[in-house]
Amino acid sequence: MPDVLALLGDPTVRTVGASAVLLGGAAGGLGVFAVLRRQSLLGDAMAHAALPGVVVGYLVSGERSTGPILAGALVSGLLAGLAALYLSRLPRIKSDAALGISLSLGFALGVVLLTRVQASAGGHQAGLEAYLFGQAAATLRSDLPWLAGAVVLCMATTLVAWRPAKLTTFDREYAAASHVRVRLVDALLTSVLAVTIVLGLRMVGVVLMSALVVAPAVAARQWSSSFVGMALGAAAIGAGSTLSGALISASMPGLATGPVTVVVASALAGVALLTSRLKPRRA
Amino acid sequence: MVKGGAAVPALELSDVSVTYGQTLAIANVDLSVPQGTLAAIVGPNGAGKSSLIRAVLGLTTAAGDVKVLGRQGAAGRQLIAYVPQRTSVDWDFPADVLDVVLMGLYRELRWWRRIGRDERDRAMRALAEVGMADLARRQVAQLSGGQQQRVFLARALVQDADVYLLDEPLTGVDAPSEAALMASLRNLVAVGRTVIAVHHDLSTLQAYFDWLALIDRKVIAAGPLAECLTVENLRSTYGKQLMAVPGGWAAAYA
Repeated sequence: MPDVLALLGDPTVRTVGASAVLLGGAAGGLGVFAVLRRQSLLGDAMAHAALPGVVVGYLVSGERSTGPILAGALVSGLLAGLAALYLSRLPRIKSDAALGISLSLGFALGVVLLTRVQASAGGHQAGLEAYLFGQAAATLRSDLPWLAGAVVLCMATTLVAWRPAKLTTFDREYAAASHVRVRLVDALLTSVLAVTIVLGLRMVGVVLMSALVVAPAVAARQWSSSFVGMALGAAAIGAGSTLSGALISASMPGLATGPVTVVVASALAGVALLTSRLKPRRA
Repeated sequence: MVKGGAAVPALELSDVSVTYGQTLAIANVDLSVPQGTLAAIVGPNGAGKSSLIRAVLGLTTAAGDVKVLGRQGAAGRQLIAYVPQRTSVDWDFPADVLDVVLMGLYRELRWWRRIGRDERDRAMRALAEVGMADLARRQVAQLSGGQQQRVFLARALVQDADVYLLDEPLTGVDAPSEAALMASLRNLVAVGRTVIAVHHDLSTLQAYFDWLALIDRKVIAAGPLAECLTVENLRSTYGKQLMAVPGGWAAAYA
């Protein structure tokens, strides 16, 4: 791939690459919590349901500026998560069904709104369809500092809460009995996951974002024997697949970033599954 | 260890009730477990044994008073090390045995403190105590049920608590593990700690425990095992279930 290597000299490509590494790393690393806590579907629901927020953010601000759009995405994604939580507490509604409902309803609303906006005058200039499957090339250099800031904040939160979060993930009862505020840990981890998902929407898109959370963790679980090892491995795999997704899609016009990224991450997960089945189990 | 005088009960419940919605799990429980006992809490399924433990640990809202060595609330709960049922967690978790035992020290480590040699030594001593030192680096996903239970006990042992509260520690455990677990619990009592375990097997009560509380939503009888373990008390606790009780109690006590 000489094209890809040549691209690395380009400042725009470096911007895209840096944000890909940041986002992919954060999504992969935090995905370890989501996967071990069986919250993969929650991430998926929040990502899909962020779409109406994207469109509303655009409509309110009247332009394609990143701040209002991501704020809208965060609000609607979290609303869907809360709605799912509420629904699953009702009798006769299982949590996977509740999440399925929030996911589809949120995404359907988003598509309706998106179609209306695009049909209106100048709608296509909005470029909102990039949020469906992601467009790494749309990342602006001016976005990089606050993107990095947000990722660092998410990581710092997770590091401070690391032991309570690990303990709550493994043994909730014991954690609660050991005076860990498990509800607070839940809320922190879910918020950090939601922020990471929203940050990644423009790069990977609402449809496939959750795969970037889940696939690296699944791959890393096969190779790692410690919690911190799994988290670091998942972060590396997330960063690597997002970077290659961004570079490959940037070098081929019209190719969205999300699908390429997810194909790379899932391929790695597939290889990990195969190799861990082939190697003899450690006694 | 907390010095509260030998007269202060290790665990004292006064008028404790737990309700879930409309259902009364335990009602007006008064219970006083003396220090230095190896106590069993016994009762039929649905008798509220788990609710009682959860009330003591503050995991469920309960009416009434709970005191641990004379201390109420969080100050009292601080003195307890809890050993949950091993089936309450997913053991397919990326950790080795030592990692899980070290979790017992998380409470006393500030978030910036790394786990050092000191902590590892303490965890290894706890593992040796339950006979698992040679499996310290084994992945927890590869343990047998009995080994899992021993790891959970080791995690509680590093807490160096005054009172140990165990939820069915011997359920589904192989014979060597059962022997190792009971030896560790006896060692705790020998150095003045108090062990309170929810237990299900009536046939081993006499061999393993020296104090007994029979529970069926309320306290049926409580006291030294020799006084408490009577056919009459068992009948009032288990009623018609008694014939189906595992372990052939009838042959032992009738």
